[in-house]
Amino acid sequence: MRLRNTLPTLAASVVLAATATACGSGGGGTAAGSATQELKGQSLTVAAVWSGTEQENFKKVLDAFTAKTGATVSYTSTGDNLSTVVGSKIEGGDPMDVVMVAQPGVIKQFADKGWLAPLSPAVTDAAKKNYAGIWSSLGTVNGAQYGLYFKAADKSTVWYNPTAFQNAGVQPPATFDDLLKAGRTLSDSGTPAFTIGGQAGWTLTDWFENVYLSQAGPELYDKLTRHEIPWTDPSVIKALTTLGKVFGDQQLVAGGGQGALQTDFPTSVQQVFGAQPKAAMTYEGDFVGGVITSELKKQVGTDAKVFPFPAVDGGKAPVMGAGDAAVVLKGAKHPEAAQKFVEFLAGPEAAAVWAKAGGFISPNKAVDPSVYPDDTTRQFAKSVIDAGDAFRFDMSDQAPAAFGGTAGQGEWKDLQDFLANPSDVQGAAAKLEADAAKAYKG
Amino acid sequence: MSLRSPRRDRASGGALRRHRGLALLLVLPALLLLGALVVYPIGYSVARSLFDASGRHFVGLDNYGTAFTDHATLTAVRNNAIWVAVAPALVTAIGLVFAVLTEKVRWATAFKLLVFMPMAISFLAAGIIFRTVYDADPHRGVLNAAAVAVHDTFTDEPSYPGARPRPGTGLDRAEGGDVKAAATTRVVLLPLVGVQPGSLPATARPAQQPADGDGVSGTVFLDFVPGGGGHPGRLDTGKKGLPGIKVQLRDGDRTVATTTTADDGTFRFSAAPSATTSVVLPAADFAAPYRGVDWLGPTFVTPAVIGAYIWIWAGFAMVIIAGGLANLPRETIEAARIDGATEWQIFRRITVPQLAPVLGVVFITMVINVMKIFDLVYIIAPGPVQQDAGVLALRLYLVSFGGGNDQGLGSALSVLLLLLVVPVMLLNVRRFRGSRA
Repeated sequence: MRLRNTLPTLAASVVLAATATACGSGGGGTAAGSATQELKGQSLTVAAVWSGTEQENFKKVLDAFTAKTGATVSYTSTGDNLSTVVGSKIEGGDPMDVVMVAQPGVIKQFADKGWLAPLSPAVTDAAKKNYAGIWSSLGTVNGAQYGLYFKAADKSTVWYNPTAFQNAGVQPPATFDDLLKAGRTLSDSGTPAFTIGGQAGWTLTDWFENVYLSQAGPELYDKLTRHEIPWTDPSVIKALTTLGKVFGDQQLVAGGGQGALQTDFPTSVQQVFGAQPKAAMTYEGDFVGGVITSELKKQVGTDAKVFPFPAVDGGKAPVMGAGDAAVVLKGAKHPEAAQKFVEFLAGPEAAAVWAKAGGFISPNKAVDPSVYPDDTTRQFAKSVIDAGDAFRFDMSDQAPAAFGGTAGQGEWKDLQDFLANPSDVQGAAAKLEADAAKAYKG
Repeated sequence: MSLRSPRRDRASGGALRRHRGLALLLVLPALLLLGALVVYPIGYSVARSLFDASGRHFVGLDNYGTAFTDHATLTAVRNNAIWVAVAPALVTAIGLVFAVLTEKVRWATAFKLLVFMPMAISFLAAGIIFRTVYDADPHRGVLNAAAVAVHDTFTDEPSYPGARPRPGTGLDRAEGGDVKAAATTRVVLLPLVGVQPGSLPATARPAQQPADGDGVSGTVFLDFVPGGGGHPGRLDTGKKGLPGIKVQLRDGDRTVATTTTADDGTFRFSAAPSATTSVVLPAADFAAPYRGVDWLGPTFVTPAVIGAYIWIWAGFAMVIIAGGLANLPRETIEAARIDGATEWQIFRRITVPQLAPVLGVVFITMVINVMKIFDLVYIIAPGPVQQDAGVLALRLYLVSFGGGNDQGLGSALSVLLLLLVVPVMLLNVRRFRGSRA
């Protein structure tokens, strides 16, 4: 047992040593102040899909927990196959203690399989106090809360090239109609308004979800998410028609629909912020910032700016996004320490550690906005917090994978066909409904 | 079968019959392996195809019903048919041509090596290579780079690609893309938008009001002030003229005169305006730049993938056929040559018939190979056209593991694929037997 544990710990400690020095001056100091060392000698295992920078930053959070409680924490990156890795660990009788899960659907799937232990009252109380109710309900299955959302993502953000806006003399719009107007002005100035990474279907589902959430409202959004109303519903037709105003306008979309279908997501970002801008705006979530800084070596906040996805037809501006939740596995070897860890994640302290490192926003109301490293991130965090219960989780992420998460079929394919032929709203709705009916049945 | 055929060969061998136990014992390992690796999976797939996605409920032949009504599966079947009809024949034909030609060139070995080289590349890598070759962007895709280069040699590049008349200023865009304005007055303003100010020629100067006088005069200008402002359609300060644009004066459909704009965008015709004259800017100056062919669009994607397949397999076919060619008796060819046959006649009447068995082997190997084509399609076809390019093997993988996780339907598709391959396999086995006898 001891021998088996040594190797991963050894490997981890190399990274730990590196990060410990980095955060020792910052978050480590305050955490050590309130240290009780009550969990000394316990060793937790935590798994998540994160690797690279995200893994390093998450480890800073783990270190803060170690400093506070004395428990040692080892981290495993599962890669993309989280369900498979967790499943095989459980079947092998060696489950991790805590797993970070992204989609509410996966939490439900795990809970249905009996893999999860409900969160302790201390955690749910903290969640009630610090989070908008929507976040708790996303982690709740059949009345019991299993998941605590630690990390959030804002997918209602339109990224723009400030130089192009300046040349055209337009301001970030607040309504969808203004967005179209600004887009036409941009196009008149010689820069097409949008690039759309249509070769990846998920960019199109995100477009649709923002329009639908704002135009039809959160209640209908929830119903459509659960497929309680069909995709041929008048509200969907209306949203597709609105979307068609962008997709169908050759002047608004660089290269038109056909061009968009041949553009993959990184290229779409590069077309706006690269050396020779081919368009002024691109819509996608907060993670666009990562592409801009890491691949294009441009500065977010000066070379690239963001405005919230505008309100459609007098509705509230949509705030749609995603997140990562901590769940405790049933049969965890250290259930008490695991619950304590999740409780730690529910507090503002843990979130502040990662927030300082960047690339992170917290759905936790108690997190001080001043911990975010820049205004853009602060803006994302603020819009997620301000949205409160109106925040909605990405619809396609909650749909069965065959409909909302598979390249070349289901919603992805149907919206791509719609992008190619935006005048056929009825046909697109009928195809979406046919595919949804098939996928939700199974 | 492998059990029986040796026995038949030795009809008189009673010894073997006596040692049947020993024979069975010797064959047992092979039988077990075959059973575990071939028979059991087939049997399991057939059984699995009768259950639903979860594998818990028996659904009879429902999965087969779904397979035959599902649009995507039918597309896959159609594409498989195209593949079988086109790819093996082309591979064999091209292999044959290469083999015959390399017989006669001096650097045959080097040439053969070159053509055979693609076989050494994994299909995955070849797929990625061809995905780039077919890329729509002429800066990346070599095919479109060539297409654009050829196109641009014969047509002039437009001077203001993407420019268009300011909407709401009375300018029309005719069917061909010409910009047209009625010239019933002496002075015509032609405000255009959609040009980046930075891309104007260096000679462009601020737009001027056209000088009044006889005939028709006017100004073609960029109707956009950098940073916004100004009034649409009017000659405000900050707007620049568009130099070098061809302008035609037409009376009805007849072109009366042609000129080009000056550096400040002005032009002048001496002919007097009438009720039927108009000023036209021919579309050639505004056409969107030629972007090449959409190789990976829904129409061309299957031929494109087949092209990549031929690139890989032609070398293989060539090597096998060249081997057959080397073993052909020379006498018949020499006799034909003495009788005065042309090279083409020799090829058609002597070489090809004598090579027929080898060609058959290559062809049938290719047919089987093509039926289970998966990797190239999976890698080359981009997401939006994956279904248009779909083939059975890809479809069965996507249905089983690519999101839907319906392994019942996937098994049904695999059984269908097996049924399609079996006749060809039988044919092949028959040929082997025939050639042995």
